[in-house]
Amino acid sequence: MRVEPDAAVGSGQPDEWFASAKKIYPMATHGTFRRIKWALLFITLGIYYLLPFVRWDRGPEAPDQAVLIDLAGRRAYFFFIEIWPQEVYYLTGLLIVAAMALFLMNAVAGRIWCGYLCPQTVWTDLFLWVERKVEGDRRERIAFDKAPWTAKKVARRATKHFLWLMIAWWTGGAWVLYFADAPTIVYELATFQAPVSAYVWIGILTATTYLLAGFMREQVCIYMCPWPRIQAALTDEKALNVTYRWDRGEPRGSLKHNRELEAKGLPAGDCIDCNQCYFVCPTGVDIRKGMQLDCIQCGLCIDACDNIMTKIGKPTGLIGYDTDENIERRVAGKEPVYEIVRPRTVIYAAIIALVGALMLYALLSRDFAGISVLHDRNPIFVTQSDGSVRNGYTVRLMNKRNHARSFVLNVEGMPGGSRIEAVGIDQYVDGRPFIEVGPDQTRELRVLVHSPAGTKMPPSTPVTFRLTESVMGEVVTTKDYFKAP
Amino acid sequence: MTDTHNKEVDALSGVETTGHEWDGLKELNNPLPKWWLYVFYATIVWAIGYWIVYPSWPLLTTYTAGVLGNSQRADALAALEAGMAERAQIGSALVDASLDDIRSTQGMLDFAMANGRAAFGDNCAPCHGSGATGSLGYPNLQDDAWIWGGTLDDIHTTLKYGIRSGHDEARIGDMPAFGRDGLLDKDEIDQVASYVAAQAGLEPEAGVDLAAGETVYLDNCASCHGEDLKGMREVGAPDLTAANYLYGKSVAAIKAQVNAPRNGVMPAWEGRLDPATIKSLAVYVHAFGGGE
Ligand code: SF4
Ligand code: SF4
Repeated sequence: MRVEPDAAVGSGQPDEWFASAKKIYPMATHGTFRRIKWALLFITLGIYYLLPFVRWDRGPEAPDQAVLIDLAGRRAYFFFIEIWPQEVYYLTGLLIVAAMALFLMNAVAGRIWCGYLCPQTVWTDLFLWVERKVEGDRRERIAFDKAPWTAKKVARRATKHFLWLMIAWWTGGAWVLYFADAPTIVYELATFQAPVSAYVWIGILTATTYLLAGFMREQVCIYMCPWPRIQAALTDEKALNVTYRWDRGEPRGSLKHNRELEAKGLPAGDCIDCNQCYFVCPTGVDIRKGMQLDCIQCGLCIDACDNIMTKIGKPTGLIGYDTDENIERRVAGKEPVYEIVRPRTVIYAAIIALVGALMLYALLSRDFAGISVLHDRNPIFVTQSDGSVRNGYTVRLMNKRNHARSFVLNVEGMPGGSRIEAVGIDQYVDGRPFIEVGPDQTRELRVLVHSPAGTKMPPSTPVTFRLTESVMGEVVTTKDYFKAP
Repeated sequence: MTDTHNKEVDALSGVETTGHEWDGLKELNNPLPKWWLYVFYATIVWAIGYWIVYPSWPLLTTYTAGVLGNSQRADALAALEAGMAERAQIGSALVDASLDDIRSTQGMLDFAMANGRAAFGDNCAPCHGSGATGSLGYPNLQDDAWIWGGTLDDIHTTLKYGIRSGHDEARIGDMPAFGRDGLLDKDEIDQVASYVAAQAGLEPEAGVDLAAGETVYLDNCASCHGEDLKGMREVGAPDLTAANYLYGKSVAAIKAQVNAPRNGVMPAWEGRLDPATIKSLAVYVHAFGGGE
């Protein structure tokens, strides 16, 4: 039952139903986690921007781009792997592995994906770097924002936005390279000959990158991304999270104040309330308030605080990757424990290994030829004037190799004297159609099977269509039936 | 309404409440950012723009067309036209090629089969059936019994000019009405029908003189159907020993046919279908498997 606000005890209307987004000025910092973040930024963006230019020789008939999604040709290429449309189930496997990898990361170290690998984080980091280079670090940026508009300010602002747009544009540009031959499309784009869709996609991705990494930033993580919500349900007290070790930090106070307390032998925490951890935070979180939804686990506050601790001659690690459980253990005077191996992580790892192994097996053992057969439905069989019976089938042959190959088609399970015929095929080997299929192609044929004249066949005879490659002898089969009156 | 002096702040989270309470649960006020509200307004503006630009509102007899004049029907027609133009290109290759070449060239065969399948469904299925198995009076195109021949060329000619279609080149073979026109009397018809039935593996009528029937046959029928009853394709005389009789395989049906034969008509498709489609149909029908 809803109680009207007036009737609610001690109730009051809040000031605002909607809040202006608070502008955040993340400060630069340096240290271990900052270095890891730079390294990952270089690796991930390097892969994204440059991968389309990696070549892979697949012979004259197939594209020689290592990673390519050929929508028109309905093929996806990934180095030595070539995916046909009917094999997109690999994508399902890939998605399962990806989801499980996220779960595993989460069980080990919370939102570590968000802090280090999420594209939103990576591009925002890059944009922040540009901003810092052009407009200065936190203090300067705050002042710069407040400063009146002068020609110099306009010039610096314009520079920043121009650089952001350049990065955004290159981001959108790299995207389309995955869907066409990279060097060709680069040339076409430059000479305005590329398909309209390429320009449209570059436009969309330029706009979204510019908007999301330049302006939305932490708002994406806090309000738009569903992952933090799922995350909260997946993490537990044994997962490593960026944690303020309040058992060591409190009571906090200025350096001077805390020193005085120490001198008097009174309890004093290590936190000197310098706010550095808060200033460097890209999402504007004060980690000392505890674990929060807004924290993306980037570890920058660890670096910031470690720098301070070093400066004041205290051990580092006032903020660090730790578990909720450990803080309580320490308060209770017990040794901290780090249980990376626990049922949760083992199960996730096992699922990853299992699905990965299944996919690898499917990938390595898959056929490079294929056959599918569709029996005529109308008529199911045809009686010939000599009393023999004929069945018609639509047979589709697949050659997944990038060179033309020949196959012999055999239908097994028919009595002796039966005849097999493929429409449009003139070459026969021992009465079996000898069929050539072009490189990386499928071929559909009408195949007619005749029962021997004068033989009464049962209403339904199981038969096997066997396709044998003529050179290597690769065999694929499929089953169907021969119908008779 | 706003009472800034009487704000309630939740002790645990330090967040003020909205003043809403459900069974003792108080709603915290974690305000949504304004930009999200503006995005919501923007979607409303977008919707209004959409109404103006695209067809949207149904009216009593029509609808608001939108200032762009966008029409999915026109788009579909344009796409159809583009498809037709593309088809015409491959079609012209078919017109120039021989039937045998079409059959043995993969690209052309694929096109002819697809084109033939569609054309068959539209034009031929009403008589010959969707499975091309025919019915009484309409030949089965799936089996190997051909009255006028089952080679690619035979089928093509039949398709093009038809049978008794009135076309100058049409295939014509008229069986005389032996009974109705008084060429044979009733006894002779009974005799010849039983003779043919016996030769074709049917049970002849009891008490009929088969030897007399043979004489009647040789005198009247053999010139077209042959002394061995195997028929003659030049005049469209069916093989009387075949499993399939166009108008039914029984003594009664044979009698009816000798008395007053039905001579079915197949239309000439030349002029009604384009040459590429007729060729496609010939290849398609031939590929049923009964083709010779
Ligand atoms: S609180 Fe620390 S780890 Fe969390 S987002 Fe801020 S800086 Fe990164
Ligand atoms: S950086 Fe460290 S010392 Fe400074 S306020 Fe944060 S936790 Fe306290």
